[in-house]
Amino acid sequence: MSSAATAAALQEVNSRNLARRWVFLWLGLGLIGLFILSLLLGRYPDTGFVSWERLNQDELARLLVFNLRLPRLLTAMALGMSLSAGGMVFQMLFGNPLVEPGFLGVSQGAAFGAALCIVFLGGSAILIQGSAAAFALAGLGLSYLLARRIRYGGWVLRLVLSGIAVSALFSAGLGVLKYMADPLRQLPEITFWLLGGLSSITWTKLFSILPAVILGLVFLFLFRWRLNVLALNDETAFSMGVAPKRERLLLLTAAVLPTAAVISVAGMVGWVGLIMPHIARRLFGSDTRLTLPASMLLGGIFTILCDDLSRTLLAGEIPLGILTSLLGAAIFIVLMVSRGVKAER
Amino acid sequence: MNPSLLSFHQVRFGYNRRSSPVLNGLDLSLKEGCITAILGPNGAGKTTLLYLALGWLKPWAGVINLSGKPIESYSRRALGKQIALIPQSEHIPFEYTVLEYVLLGRAPYLPSQGMPSQADEMIAYDALEKVGITDLFDHSMLAISGGERQLVLTARALAQEPRLLLLDEPTSHLDLSNKYRLVQILKGLQEHGTTILMTTHEPDLALAVSDEAVLMEKGRVLISGQTAEVATGENLSRIYRVPVKIIPVEGKKQVVWM
Repeated sequence: MSSAATAAALQEVNSRNLARRWVFLWLGLGLIGLFILSLLLGRYPDTGFVSWERLNQDELARLLVFNLRLPRLLTAMALGMSLSAGGMVFQMLFGNPLVEPGFLGVSQGAAFGAALCIVFLGGSAILIQGSAAAFALAGLGLSYLLARRIRYGGWVLRLVLSGIAVSALFSAGLGVLKYMADPLRQLPEITFWLLGGLSSITWTKLFSILPAVILGLVFLFLFRWRLNVLALNDETAFSMGVAPKRERLLLLTAAVLPTAAVISVAGMVGWVGLIMPHIARRLFGSDTRLTLPASMLLGGIFTILCDDLSRTLLAGEIPLGILTSLLGAAIFIVLMVSRGVKAER
Repeated sequence: MNPSLLSFHQVRFGYNRRSSPVLNGLDLSLKEGCITAILGPNGAGKTTLLYLALGWLKPWAGVINLSGKPIESYSRRALGKQIALIPQSEHIPFEYTVLEYVLLGRAPYLPSQGMPSQADEMIAYDALEKVGITDLFDHSMLAISGGERQLVLTARALAQEPRLLLLDEPTSHLDLSNKYRLVQILKGLQEHGTTILMTTHEPDLALAVSDEAVLMEKGRVLISGQTAEVATGENLSRIYRVPVKIIPVEGKKQVVWM
């Protein structure tokens, strides 16, 4: 073994990892900076930033910042991080860059649950949230049970097929509910929920989702290198001492819990879970040691930015889901067309 | 005589209970430190046998022992440290670098929430050195040739530091020079005490590297023993149903078929 050559090669890898760590640091600082700026940004008293003096003197400004904007921003961050981390985990576990964390019946289940509650139980916020979360998890559960009963194909194919079927069932159910809904009162509420948004976030809502979000994200963060191994096919993963089925189910659940939680309070916010993992891979390669945390940071930044736009662009709020889809799709197109943005590869 | 590292006793296995089993009462014993080649026509159950040896498939009946203990009695992680697999081909979903990919072979030595260390990176790099592709360490897995990819999979298996190495049709993607390289690698591993079991469609390869050969037909072992005695023209003609002759050329045995 020529240890000099080895050392030189590893040195090269290390120096690149060091460079990547700098990018990381900038992303982290970017998120913190954006968070603070966003806290001060809004339409009170005028469009723009609240000054420090006003924050000290004006009671209303203080309430606005700490009781409305702060929980809302924290939720936006949790939303972005959960969807992006979930997206990364799903894309790794399915070995497919086109899946997002809601596709195993989770998003459609949540939408159905919310609509069901609006039509039959009235529009109480806490009930809608509970129903959306319950049906999101039911979506995952159904997809999983159905996948176990399919008798052909590998694990991935079976889950994908049953996810499509369960989503289709829920979306048919959603159609029925929309048809039954009172067109003046309930239908607009369903539509509004489906567009997604954070305007109704309170500290209470944030606290209700925080345990699931933190638990899920910490778990995923700890297991982030393992995701690389679980992206391999079953036999190969098994040959490396992994229990592929059990560990994948564990990580899927850990990804879906925070996703279901944030969807239950924010509605359908599309494209974040699909796009952020792609950008993370463009910046940091494929190793999930780096791309999972990068995806979380990027998701936080992206969602806070979109939410800022949603609050400040127009006098009324623009639903968040519209902005994330619009910007997400635009970024996706740019990513597909350009090859030049690939850093250090 | 070498003790047996892996042995099959009356193993029955099938993929579907309603159809007939793929392996039916199979007996086999792998000697420690030997290279064993499994030959047989398509559908004879060669790959199935390999995945049973890996512990991935569970037999319907019979026992598979690793170092004298039933293979099910080992933990997954313990098995991952002892047995490595080089699959015939592999879907590579994302654009890993070669070194990142080889590093995955360290998984059995790391806890589920562990990260590979500098020492693991050294081992991965050594594995690249053993298969002679250190210059590729920073290339993308999607940008290298099929033969190079096979060598990367070999390096990844070596990073597992296994006692038993399983290869499924190792030469199917390799050109002549890479085939030669693989033969050298396998012989080198054998010198370091690794036991090797491979399936192959090429009697040539078996004659070139293996000490022992197993001829399979319809889920059973037809003949097994020393390669020179097993891979004869007569036996090969019988299992492949094609006239085969073994002709010595410059001291090496060559397989000729009509």
